[in-house]
This record gives sequence, C-alpha cells and structure tokens, in this order.
Amino acid sequence: MKNFDYVRPASVSDAIAAASRPGAVYLAAGTNLLDLMKGGVSRPDRLIDVTRLPGLDRIEPLANGGVRIGALVRNADLAHDAAFAKSYPAVAEALLSGASAQLRNAATVGGNLLQRTRCAYFYDVASACNRREPGSGCDARHGENRLHAVLGWSDACIATHPSDFCVPLVAHDAVVEIEGKSGRRELRLEDLHRLPGEEPERETVLEPGDLIVALKLPADARNFSGHARYLKVRERSSYAFAVVSAAACLSIARGKIAEARISLGGVAAKPWRAREAEKLLVGVPPVGENFRRAALAALADAKPSGDNEFKIELARRVVLRALTLAAAGTPERIPALPASPFSTQPGALHDA
Amino acid sequence: MSHSISLTVNGVRRDIALLDPRVTLLDLLREQLGLTGTKKGCDRGQCGACTILVNGRRINCCLALAASHDGADITTIEAVARGDELHPLQAAFIAHDGFQCGFCTPGQIMSALGLINEGQAGCDPERIREGMSGNLCRCGAYAGITEAVLEVQKNLAEAEERRVA
Repeated sequence: MKNFDYVRPASVSDAIAAASRPGAVYLAAGTNLLDLMKGGVSRPDRLIDVTRLPGLDRIEPLANGGVRIGALVRNADLAHDAAFAKSYPAVAEALLSGASAQLRNAATVGGNLLQRTRCAYFYDVASACNRREPGSGCDARHGENRLHAVLGWSDACIATHPSDFCVPLVAHDAVVEIEGKSGRRELRLEDLHRLPGEEPERETVLEPGDLIVALKLPADARNFSGHARYLKVRERSSYAFAVVSAAACLSIARGKIAEARISLGGVAAKPWRAREAEKLLVGVPPVGENFRRAALAALADAKPSGDNEFKIELARRVVLRALTLAAAGTPERIPALPASPFSTQPGALHDA
Repeated sequence: MSHSISLTVNGVRRDIALLDPRVTLLDLLREQLGLTGTKKGCDRGQCGACTILVNGRRINCCLALAASHDGADITTIEAVARGDELHPLQAAFIAHDGFQCGFCTPGQIMSALGLINEGQAGCDPERIREGMSGNLCRCGAYAGITEAVLEVQKNLAEAEERRVA
C-alpha cells in the first residue's frame, strides 16, 4: 500500500477544506477503500477520516413524516432499527442481503453509496481499465464479462454498481444531502451516479471536497411498506454481490395497483430505476400477466455487453418474481436468507 | 509521521505509538502486541479469519485502520477462555467437530460471539448459517460450526427461561 497522510478533522468544514486538495479522499469505515488501497487500485496521498465528525450517526424522523439517516450510520444499525425497517422494509432487506455481518457492522451509509465497482479488471492494476486509468482501454469488453452491465453501458466501460442498498433507495426517491465548498445542497440519489459514457472515471456528480452528510427518505415511500421486497440472485446463497437484483414496491387499493416502484441492481453502472415499467402497473390488478409486461418493459433497452445475454432474461424473471413477492405482502420478519430466492432448508419457503 | 492511540485490548488499556498510518488493527494486534490468535487469512475482508469484537461488535480487523480506532475497546480470541476453562462456544466447537485445521476457528468463535450478542439469529439454524456466512472454512466444517453455535444458543435460551421462571 502506498503511504499516505492521515488527518482527522474535528468539523465538517475542516473536513471539506482538507478533502478539497488534490490526492485527498474521505475515509469512513474503510471496508472498500482499504481493500482498494491494498490492491494499489486507489493510491491517495491523504486520508481524511470522517468517522469522528459530530452529528452524522443518527437516524432522525423528519417533521414531514420522512426520515433522515446520517452518513455515518452503520449498515447493520439501520437495517435493525425497528421503526426504519417497518417503514422501509425493502431497504432493510437489501442491507441485510449485502456483504457479511462483520462488514455490515462497520460499513456506513455514505460509504455504501460511494463504493466502487467490483469489476475484476478495475481491481487488477495490470489490466486496462478506463475507469481506473482513463484512456487505457477496457479489458472487460472482450474478457470475462458474464456479470457485466446490460443497461446504460458504453464501449469505454461495462462495469456495474455493486450496491444492494442503493437499489430500493432509488425506488423510494431517496435524496442525498451533500455539504461542499459552496454550502449544503440536496440531490436525488438517482442523479448521484453517472453512466460511463466517454468518461467512466467520473463515477458520480460529486465535486472535490463534497461530503455526503445524510440520506433522506420521503414520507410517501412509507405507502409501500405493506408490499415492498428486494430480491437478489447471486452465485452463492449468502455473502456475494448480485448477479441481478430488483426492488419492487407496490401500493394496492381495492384490488388495483395505485402506485408501483421498480429498480434493478447488478445491471448498470448505477442503480437502475424502471419508470416505464412502473407506469404500466398503475391502475391494473397485481397479477402475473401485468407483472410480466412490466418486466419486459423494464429490460426493453437492455443489450448484452459481452457473454451476458442471460442476465437480460434473468433480470426479467427477477423483476417478475420481486413484484409477485411484493404483491403477496411484506413478511412479518425479514426472511432468514434476506432477499434470497432460495432456502438452505429443503422444502422450506425462503420467506416463511 | 507518527500517531499515538490508546486502545483497551482484552480489558487492559494500552498506549500505542503508530509509526506508520497504514497499520491495520489486525497487523497491530499480531505484530505490535503479539496477539497472534487473530488470523490473517485473505487480508481483504473476504474470509473472516481476522474477526474481533470492537466495542462489542464483530468486524473484520484487516479492513480497520488502527489510527481510526483510537479509544476503541477490543476483544480478541485470547480473552475468550477463563484461564484453563474454555468458553462454552470453544467447548461446543470441540464437541461438534467445528474445525479441522483450526486456522479459521478464532475468527469463527469471535464471529459466533458477535452473532449471539446481536440476538438476531435465535435457535434457527438457517439464520445462524446466514449470520456466520462471513467466515469461510476451507476444511468445510460448516455443519459442526452451525451445531456448535446452535447448542450454545439453546443453552442460553434455556438458562434465560429458568431465570425468568
């Protein structure tokens, strides 16, 4: 690991000033950053440790009925916050389907949003990667790419965003609170991550020094609490990134869908909201035939970026099944294997 | 540049000079404090062999920068037994063949302690397996590990019932 200076600022403004200088990066839990630094993928000159900044570790109800989650709240604490999990069950389920218990105990909300892709070529400093080293090329494009993007990719980069947490968050219209050199601003989470285009190295719209201080979920996202699920297909039943995942949230009144929210993970360089598919579900009964139409619409623009055409059909099926599970109702308790389509107990329903 | 931090390690307060900011809690425990019970497996947060309790919570200490943990209360495998008397989890791992080579065992036991503290799994083997999925065992002793954790959970639950009754 390249050596660096370690700085622990006492205030948000000190942190922003320190992080605005070239070569500086923020450190929270470090569960992704330290891994990247050990591999030489990230080589910062200066770490700005934000873990002691005051006031960023709270989950607060907002006067308008929403909730504000400090950027330093740990993934496990948010998932196990009873009031939060009851209001936003798909978010809690997504959190608990990610990483391992040890990592969830450390990893923060802000860090989860800003974690980097797990593309193996991005991680391998001997490989060409436009995201890591602009202009060097993309070895994934003609390499081992069965898990790469099927939506929103470019010839420059076919990597996916790895977060589970972000998938139901974009479905819930989450808002990110950012503090920067010119003060505080808010941004829809959906607008935080950029698609690769010609500049895959610009992963987010954040400017140097920008610090995510909180995440907000609006009150109306609670309307889905009775019919909200996250479903994640991975290559082993636990402790793996998504091959494809989907969040499905429905509000159902008098046998018809009043509002639907659908988003996908593991398919693009950002958490992918499927608005066209959502529109098809408004005013129709929550039945398989309608869910199938929505699933087709969600993947209408998908195209393989390599040896991954299977992900398109898999994603349709994951959307269909997530909608079916959501229509059946949010379970009383998060399943033993969160977000999993499988059970390790033969014959048992995974979400019984 | 040099930092100085203080940690409580297995109940004892230690003032430690960090000569290099790159030191992780794992390297600090093993190289500087001589506590080699905590294992370095992958060193990248993938195997769980380095699991310790920090302020009562299980984490992978290979991905924890020591400088960032000034003031932390740390428990490692060295503090789990009381002298020659094994902790019930350690005894259960032996009774249920919860290991073969033993390399992952300190991490497994610290992870199981964390799991029990968290109180989410109860006596459901599927929840225990899921909660222990961050600890890999190359010898494949998973069945015995689950049985060992389950036995300790059941004994705790029975003791709690007796206490309430």
